[in-house]
Amino acid sequence: MWIVKRTAFYLLVAVIVLVAVFPFYYAIITSLKSGSALFEVDYWPKMISFSNYRSVFTEGSFLRNLLNSLFVSSAVVVISLFLGVTAAYALARIRFRGRSALLFIILSVSMFPQVAVLAGLFELIRTLGLYNSLFALIFSYMIFTLPFTVWVLTAFVRDLPIELEEAAILDGATPWIIITRVFLPLMWPALAATGLLAFIGAWNEFLFALTFTSNNEQRTVPVVIALLSGSSQFEIPWGNIMAASVIVTVPLVILVLIFQRKIIAGLTAGGVKG
Amino acid sequence: MTFRHALLALVVGAVLAASPARAVDLAIVSGDTGNGQRILREILDQYEKKTGNKVTVVPVPSSGTDQFGQYRLWLAAGSSDIDVYQTDIIWAPQLAKQLVDLTEATKDVVGAHFPSIIQSQTVDGKLVALPIFTDAPALYYRKDLLDKYGAKVPTTWAELAYTAKLVMDKEREAGNKDMWGFVFQGNAYEGLTCDALEWVKSNGGGQIVEPDGTISINNPQAAAALEMARSWVGTISPPGVLAYQEEESRGVWQTGNAVFMRNWPYAYALGNSEGSPIRGKFEVATLPPGSGEGARPAATLGGWNLAVSRYSKNPDVAIELVKWIASPGMQKYRALKGAYLPTIQALYDDAEIASAQPVIPRWKDVVLNAVPRPSAQAKSRYNEASSEFWTAVHNTLSGDGTAADNLADLEFSLTRLKGTAW
Amino acid sequence: MRQRARSAWLFLAPMLIVLAAVAGWPLLRTIYFGFTDASLTDLEAGRWVGFANYFSVLHMPSGRIIYDGLLADPVWWRAVWNTVRFAVISVTCETILGMIVALVLNAEFPGRGVVRAAILIPWAIPTIVSAKMWQWMLNDQFGIINDALLRLGLISTKIAWTASADTAMFAVLIVDIWKTTPFMALLILAALQMLPQEIYEVTRLDGVSPWKVFWKVTLPLIRPALMVAVIFRGLDALRIFDLIYVLTPNNVRTKSMSVFARENLFEFDKFAYGSAASTLLFVILVLLTMLVLRFGRVKLDRSY
Repeated sequence: MWIVKRTAFYLLVAVIVLVAVFPFYYAIITSLKSGSALFEVDYWPKMISFSNYRSVFTEGSFLRNLLNSLFVSSAVVVISLFLGVTAAYALARIRFRGRSALLFIILSVSMFPQVAVLAGLFELIRTLGLYNSLFALIFSYMIFTLPFTVWVLTAFVRDLPIELEEAAILDGATPWIIITRVFLPLMWPALAATGLLAFIGAWNEFLFALTFTSNNEQRTVPVVIALLSGSSQFEIPWGNIMAASVIVTVPLVILVLIFQRKIIAGLTAGGVKG
Repeated sequence: MTFRHALLALVVGAVLAASPARAVDLAIVSGDTGNGQRILREILDQYEKKTGNKVTVVPVPSSGTDQFGQYRLWLAAGSSDIDVYQTDIIWAPQLAKQLVDLTEATKDVVGAHFPSIIQSQTVDGKLVALPIFTDAPALYYRKDLLDKYGAKVPTTWAELAYTAKLVMDKEREAGNKDMWGFVFQGNAYEGLTCDALEWVKSNGGGQIVEPDGTISINNPQAAAALEMARSWVGTISPPGVLAYQEEESRGVWQTGNAVFMRNWPYAYALGNSEGSPIRGKFEVATLPPGSGEGARPAATLGGWNLAVSRYSKNPDVAIELVKWIASPGMQKYRALKGAYLPTIQALYDDAEIASAQPVIPRWKDVVLNAVPRPSAQAKSRYNEASSEFWTAVHNTLSGDGTAADNLADLEFSLTRLKGTAW
Repeated sequence: MRQRARSAWLFLAPMLIVLAAVAGWPLLRTIYFGFTDASLTDLEAGRWVGFANYFSVLHMPSGRIIYDGLLADPVWWRAVWNTVRFAVISVTCETILGMIVALVLNAEFPGRGVVRAAILIPWAIPTIVSAKMWQWMLNDQFGIINDALLRLGLISTKIAWTASADTAMFAVLIVDIWKTTPFMALLILAALQMLPQEIYEVTRLDGVSPWKVFWKVTLPLIRPALMVAVIFRGLDALRIFDLIYVLTPNNVRTKSMSVFARENLFEFDKFAYGSAASTLLFVILVLLTMLVLRFGRVKLDRSY
């Protein structure tokens, strides 16, 4: 009985892993093929050719685009965490009128359909003179990273023991000191979790990145993947697309591997308790 | 001396006015891919060398919908970042209000181009874009297979269906299980509008909206054409053809799994490329006509043009650039390098082109027979009209309503879209 | 206290300013355009038309009466239906599958870390990439899915997944569920790990069946967390755009509200109509959230 149960359990685990990983595995295999081998179905890598990877890196400015993605995503993480922490402190620890309404407004911002604000945002970015710069992306990504960050961090701060703060207030500490000296050290798990989510969101974003930049030097990787084209009209370079996809996904997988414990701890401690 | 100075100043002034002495930076946006991008860059390099101006190419996704949306947004914002837009044949009429009228500046050169192409870029008497290369589909057929079974190149759609079925069945019996008779573009997108316009027009069913603006699509011959196409799906064409765009059909064709294919010229060079299983085994012909009254072969006119943005800071230089790229010399260069079909009639008789790209002269008749989509009539409402049309066709092909019913509904929605005038 | 309230606003100010600029202003513009007849060709030339984009009655010269506007547009209602159906099915599947995965990951077994990392891969892959990957795998002629199903004898002819009307929505659902289940599992796992171990010790000693423990103990305890996860996912699903845009952009059976809005905004010359559709979508989302928050007994602002 025990054996049956164990086997069934591991079978389930195996199915889960297979389903989760297979498409990515298949993308890797495809990226290692070239020519008309692409149009044949293989379950195991039959040929290993790095020509797709070579052409991804040599044609265009892929390395530059990777750095752009890295810069934009990191900046988005830093800024939204900074704005999120200060706001979370106020929302979680200070009673003031309109707090519930404010939380609801922030939540509803996270419900904006991106297409709905595209035209307005485009006007604004041109007016601010940010068009075709990475700052346009950093600015516009706040629309989806900020609400989530504020929400999770607010919930997290709310659960920190009140005594800590009271003691600090008795010592005459200002709110700023309380945030930086008392709360911040305790918030690492939540910061790691929300930071990673913001990073992934910014790294993967496509629509804004396409709309707000106009030359290859300023573009981020998802846009470049969409721009990869075959040597003639209508031709879709599946090999190159798969190679580029593998390249953009690997950093995220590594990040997730490093931070997975932190993500769960962070979400456990705050975000999902409601 | 003063007189000479004054004269000199006058001359210099005249020269300055005629051709800008100061180097100008221009930006051209193009959704060209690989080869096309390279050729465009080479043409621009020659231009830069000649004029001293600098031209940057702004790439956009090759997907038509992405490109068009991006163009709309740039123009709506009055963006001066882009001077020249490379536009699909159906776009310039929709963007006409924000493009520079080229009629005056190009009147010395338009005569050399195919009149139907110039017509398609003329809105309310104003030329809004200058063509740089054209595109018209043809019928690709497997010469080896037709010979093997003693079949002729079909001269009507009915013959095509018959031959396709015959060869497909024989090939399948011979063990080639993945063989299909005919592949085309059946996905619900602009490509289906092209394909279906050919079926309808070649069957004497008009061209959806006639040049005078009348909505003509609801007629028995058009319905018969669509019913005919419906009968192909699942018999001579794979059921998946309803999701095929150009590349999917070429995928089936180039792996040797189709007897006939309707596609653009780009598939010719790829089919004959190194390592292609069908290399040297196929030929092209004009698409066949139907059988109704007024039936004649029809190919939908494609192709690309250059338009100058109204918000360009240097419209005059931009117009010169457009004329340069569209000039006979550069069109010939394009034809030699990438087998692009010129829009200038005389180039089809050019000996050098004929020997380097023998396929081009063969396309002359196809281009001459080409039918434009009703974009010049529908103007800014073309995309919506086209989407109504392809939806009606796609519904018919997937068995969702009869052709007659769907076309009656289509007529109603097009009439409503038209309002009092297009 | 006064002073603390003032410092609260001070702390909130930077975040609020950024949000107002990046979200508030563009949204107000969109709402405004929804009440005009603006065209993207000349935005400023739009005239105020009231609710005409939402609903209007036209008297044709022929005497025929035509109802116009979004509320009378069958294509819009079709999009609403598609979106709602998509959201309900995908969130339900994701919740159930996410629960199973979370329960598995919550168990102690060797190699748990590796498995946990592996299931996060789908979620980390950019949507545009996963859409392309699946498009490739679902291709009717050279796709591996058809090949595998054929080999296993589950189907007899190749299926055109994204083409045929019956399977297009199915294809979109498969991809979305594959991509989002890991996130759901992660949220549920986080909640599971919060549960006090003592309860399980007690139930095990009492010999209660695991099935009963799940229904009577685990589920009620993680319900609040589950609700939040479901709400966030539901709202996300109702906005579905990129996946459908890449996989089946023009298929009327998968067209979602966001895709409908984009089509009218940028494809067709109906910017105002598209703005109205975006506004309506936003209003629907807000109303739904309010309903869920009220009836789901989820509190935004717990007292402490």
